[in-house]
Amino acid sequence: MALFRFGKSASESSSEGEQPVAAKPGVFDRLRAGLSKTAQVLNTDVRDLLKQEGRHVDTPFLEELRGALVRTDMGPSAAEAIVKDVGERLRSRVVDPEVVVESIRRTLSEKLAGTTGDLVQSSSGPTVILVTGVNGSGKTTSIAKLTRRFTEAGLRVVLGAGDTFRAAAVEQLSMWAGRLGADIVRGDPGSDPASIAHRAVAQAVEGSFDICIIDTAGRLQNQSNLMQELGKIRRVISKQIPDAPHEVLLVIDATAGQNALSQAEGFKEAAGCTGIVLAKLDGSARGGVIVPVAERFELPVKFVGLGESADDLATFDPESFVDAMLEGVLRP
Amino acid sequence: MFDNLSNSLTSAIGTLRGRGKLSESNMREGLGEVRTALLEADVAYDVVEEFLDRVSADAIGAKVLDALDPAQQLIGVVHRELVNLMGPVDHEIPFRSGDTTILMLCGLQGSGKTTTCGKIARRLQEQGKGVMLVAADLQRPAAIEQLSVLGEQIGIPVHTPQDHSDPVAVCKAGVKKAKKDGIDVVILDTAGRLSIDEELMAELSRIDRTVSPDQVFLVVDAMTGQDAVSSAKAFNEALEIDGVIMTKLDGDARGGAALSVKSVTGVPIKFMGTGEGVDALEEFHPDRLAGRILGMGDVVSLVEEAQRKFDQDEMQRQEERLKSGEFTLEDFKKMMLQTRRLGPLGKVMGMIPGMGGMQETLAGADLEKDINRLFGIIDSMTPEERRNPSRIVDQTRRRRIAAGAGVQPQEVNDLVKQFDGMASMMKGMAGLGMKDRMREVQKMQSAMGDPSGRLGRPKGDTGKRLTAEQRRKLKKQREKEARRRKRGARG
Ligand SMILES: Nc1nc2c(ncn2[C@@H]2O[C@H](COP(=O)(O)OP(=O)(O)O)[C@@H](O)[C@H]2O)c(=O)[nH]1
Ligand SMILES: Nc1nc2c(ncn2[C@@H]2O[C@H](COP(=O)(O)OP(=O)(O)O)[C@@H](O)[C@H]2O)c(=O)[nH]1
Ligand SMILES: [Mg+2]
Ligand SMILES: [Mg+2]
Repeated sequence: MALFRFGKSASESSSEGEQPVAAKPGVFDRLRAGLSKTAQVLNTDVRDLLKQEGRHVDTPFLEELRGALVRTDMGPSAAEAIVKDVGERLRSRVVDPEVVVESIRRTLSEKLAGTTGDLVQSSSGPTVILVTGVNGSGKTTSIAKLTRRFTEAGLRVVLGAGDTFRAAAVEQLSMWAGRLGADIVRGDPGSDPASIAHRAVAQAVEGSFDICIIDTAGRLQNQSNLMQELGKIRRVISKQIPDAPHEVLLVIDATAGQNALSQAEGFKEAAGCTGIVLAKLDGSARGGVIVPVAERFELPVKFVGLGESADDLATFDPESFVDAMLEGVLRP
Repeated sequence: MFDNLSNSLTSAIGTLRGRGKLSESNMREGLGEVRTALLEADVAYDVVEEFLDRVSADAIGAKVLDALDPAQQLIGVVHRELVNLMGPVDHEIPFRSGDTTILMLCGLQGSGKTTTCGKIARRLQEQGKGVMLVAADLQRPAAIEQLSVLGEQIGIPVHTPQDHSDPVAVCKAGVKKAKKDGIDVVILDTAGRLSIDEELMAELSRIDRTVSPDQVFLVVDAMTGQDAVSSAKAFNEALEIDGVIMTKLDGDARGGAALSVKSVTGVPIKFMGTGEGVDALEEFHPDRLAGRILGMGDVVSLVEEAQRKFDQDEMQRQEERLKSGEFTLEDFKKMMLQTRRLGPLGKVMGMIPGMGGMQETLAGADLEKDINRLFGIIDSMTPEERRNPSRIVDQTRRRRIAAGAGVQPQEVNDLVKQFDGMASMMKGMAGLGMKDRMREVQKMQSAMGDPSGRLGRPKGDTGKRLTAEQRRKLKKQREKEARRRKRGARG
């Protein structure tokens, strides 16, 4: 098995898209723009704190800091860890903005360390990617984005329309396949998603495709029957290609709060998730919940979704994620 | 549902057990744990802070009742405040008679708008309404097909756009068609959008202005985190939403966003989605939700038991105090709190024989708000002042209390004066049941020349000039009310 990096910004890409790529800002610009919204909240909050000259690290200061951190959705305990760290080392001293920021930056970087990761590629035969997640998180759109990435890299892609449940879910994926020039395997509404997965993988093998991506219906992690169905889909795939699926991605909505922890736990257990796509990071939500998710479940965040079009995907880089979150603080 | 919050709250409160009486300090610690639990349940940070302020305001002043252990008592307060924060609720969708009622659903991407359109259509269909759906999401691939499939499933016509360019035009045409066809209710399914997307938010306002929907519902995913506050605020500012529908409550999300959304928009949460099927729509009940938040089985009955005991003990205590003529402002506050627990004040009063007319008078008044003003004044008093207001509250104290409660000194004066008269009448009420007693209170209040039963209301002219900002707000509020009246009008 070899690793390879699909990471490539849209602005670097030369191939023509459905829309002229050059007219749009590059993916990394948009990532920065998206994240800077995250940063804005944190920054304005933190900066307001820091602006107050001669301010001490005292209880009110730490409470305000906690509020700013919790608002990123990192959760009360991750926020507490940071507040405690700042408090222990700096209490009663006059606040030095640089020191506070550096301390937060370091704590977050540590938490996210080891959460990056390239997509795993099969050494021989097609790479199979299974995409899972709760209802409406952005699975199908993320598949479209991944497909765009692969086809731009000159790879051939076949999609499996495994959401046979939601109304017009098959049509949605079909429209993307058509736009992006990917093949698609589809079945009747209500048909067995495992059989779709089976047929998609068979087509990938027979047609010598590079990539096979299987869509699944949204499900909630407490619906045990539906979670078991994911296990069945996995097994069907493994029967055809022993080391497949090579990636099982969990698509998490960046607006999700602490429930993302339960999602990560449930989907990791039932579907053997190998990584996360953090969708909808272009909104006002900050996606901070990936901090505890990555920490507790050792699930690398592989991509972030930054919009509704097929170009709106970027590889996740923890350093720049944290830097972007704290950008204004580092360079006021 | 809400098992996690239930568990974490239960364990948070559980740690308070066996520590003897609820003291200010051990409650503060316990509330700290409730705070963590609420944050883990995704209640927005500021909403949590506000919530805990209310809880401690309610609990700290009160004496610990011997019959309760501290945990029970705190559960009672937390439970009650959760209900207060999420209620009251109104499940009615007002309809125009003889004309087409227009509903519009909006929200973030993937929150469940299209599915919910189908569910509402189904519900109204079952109520005998003629319903039509309008597919105005021209953004998401196959969104139109999705709504069409849903419509077909439940046998409801779906208006689909002729050309795929302008959702405003689509909505306009859909509404026009619905009116022409004599449809009772037309439901607009709009595209998902980010609250920070100014262009798309402006588009939503354009739809709003063009077709003037009678009701606008915001669809919120139960899994939403801290962002619930900013997105709900943005949608409410762009559209003045009339209700919230929370989806995906069949999951294990703790659903704290319900508290956040309610507290920033003030609009009721009307329905909740509990599944993907077209029938999985339920009416939202704050008490049930609060019960779920605190844990379904054991904890809820524990809370109820605590509540019952609490009320009984408190009643008895009040009886005694009334008899001995020791009725204080503190007692008054407790009594009002108990009354409030029976249900929305307006409703409770309507249930009392002879109070029907009173309910009419109260219809326009924001009773809850007035009561809260009074509580604010009482809370700003020292215990001594609460016991003997008329004797010791002088001009200086009056000013201090007014500043603390954020009211005019005159309002403090009104309360003190009225309480004086009330306290003596209260003595005569000893031995009466709750309802009889409430009737007496009402009589008393009207006897005091305030037909609305409101105490200590600011006079029409407070002698204070409004700032430009206040004037703007007032104007906006008036416009909003006028609009609501228009929307709710029966044809
Ligand atoms: N703004 C934004 N919207 C997204 C993103 N990813 C998906 N969406 C939207 O979210 C909604 C649900 O996405 P979809 O892929 O159908 O979710 P699925 O149910 O998990 O397959 C659609 O309206 C998408 O256009 C993203 O990164 N940013
Ligand atoms: N489990 C569950 N899923 C829901 C509920 N409401 C909607 N969904 C699912 O959430 C996903 C997104 O719903 P959709 O109506 O397409 O959202 P929209 O993008 O806001 O129109 C779909 O998979 C729906 O089946 C609910 O109450 N419970
Ligand atoms: Mg999908
Ligand atoms: Mg939709």
